[in-house]
Amino acid sequence: MSPTPVKKQVLLNELFYFKEMNALPEVKMLIIIPAYNEEENLPGVIEDLKDHLDEIDMNHIVIIDDGSIDQTTEVAKSLGATVITFPYNLGIGGAVQTGFLYAAQNDYEIVLRCDGDGQHRADQISRLIEPVLTGRVDVVIGSRFLVEKSYDTPFLRNIGIKLFSVINSVIIGQKITDSTSGFRAYNRKAIKFLAKHYPQDYPEPEALVILKKNGFRLAEVPVEMRQRMRGKSSITFFSALYYMIKVCFAVFMGMFKY
Amino acid sequence: MEYSVNIFRIQVIAIVASLILIAAIVSLIRKHRLREEYSLLLLGGGVAVIIFSVWRQLLDKIAHAIGIAYPPSMLFIVMLLVGVLIFLHLSVTVSELKEQNKRLTQEVSLLKQRIEQHLKQALLQQEAGG
Repeated sequence: MSPTPVKKQVLLNELFYFKEMNALPEVKMLIIIPAYNEEENLPGVIEDLKDHLDEIDMNHIVIIDDGSIDQTTEVAKSLGATVITFPYNLGIGGAVQTGFLYAAQNDYEIVLRCDGDGQHRADQISRLIEPVLTGRVDVVIGSRFLVEKSYDTPFLRNIGIKLFSVINSVIIGQKITDSTSGFRAYNRKAIKFLAKHYPQDYPEPEALVILKKNGFRLAEVPVEMRQRMRGKSSITFFSALYYMIKVCFAVFMGMFKY
Repeated sequence: MEYSVNIFRIQVIAIVASLILIAAIVSLIRKHRLREEYSLLLLGGGVAVIIFSVWRQLLDKIAHAIGIAYPPSMLFIVMLLVGVLIFLHLSVTVSELKEQNKRLTQEVSLLKQRIEQHLKQALLQQEAGG
């Protein structure tokens, strides 16, 4: 499957405030970046966003420092982003949920969620938000497995991702190829919902289950990703087993939660 | 004769141990170090041990009624069940606390961000004004 061509007109200039472009409504978008010890990667991530989104207002990028022990908060502030700092490490789910709380409190219409390690590329954002912008779906997931490029992901992780995707697909009754992808776009309805309910550890696959269960429309779009710039992934080999068991169980239980 | 003396001795030990447990719980509640809702199961367990110690035939009767051949083993099962119940209760409590703690952390962090933003704006206005 070849990736759909990027729509330039959606991309540049006024991504943050669309004004009658392609009859698209005026949209207020927030970018959520959870960061745990990402002082080395953040400047590159922000640089990338600036390169691809013209006239980007840094206030609309919120970086959530999940109790980092390095200079993540200071670096994020010096880059001009809105920074929310936790006094201790709350976990990725709590961090992302805080982003949704911020978005809901400040009345954002679209949330774009991307990682702080640089693997999510800013030039893919337009493709990601397009289905949400046009109102066709509530949640868009960027899938690296829908493009014809092989990724050099570690063997065990690759298996894990595939396994979760299959389990996830079966449970929600919709084909998902990259259920652990955190590169996603959400509309206002989803923002409000997730501000209240967001899973804690390794939340991406479980979030899909609770979203689907509550009637949200999901769609995947092909996106290209990068390898991590620097530093290590938060998922180590030793936590992989726990990760698999926990996520499988959480995804399974997600079916029965209110 | 020897047999009944031993039984009497263990009865006294069980009663004394239960009384000590109950006294410890009551004392903890009085000092506000234990909330009532978390003490009820333990208190119930202590009272049950006293009742069974004083009225030994009760244990035999209940065990016989539900088909347990060896009455003391019923005591173990009941104790184990009470222990598991307390454990479950505590796990629920910890989960609740964790959720509330998360919410508090998020709210505090959001408030902190908002205060910093207001301070920054005020500073900018001051600079522009003077």
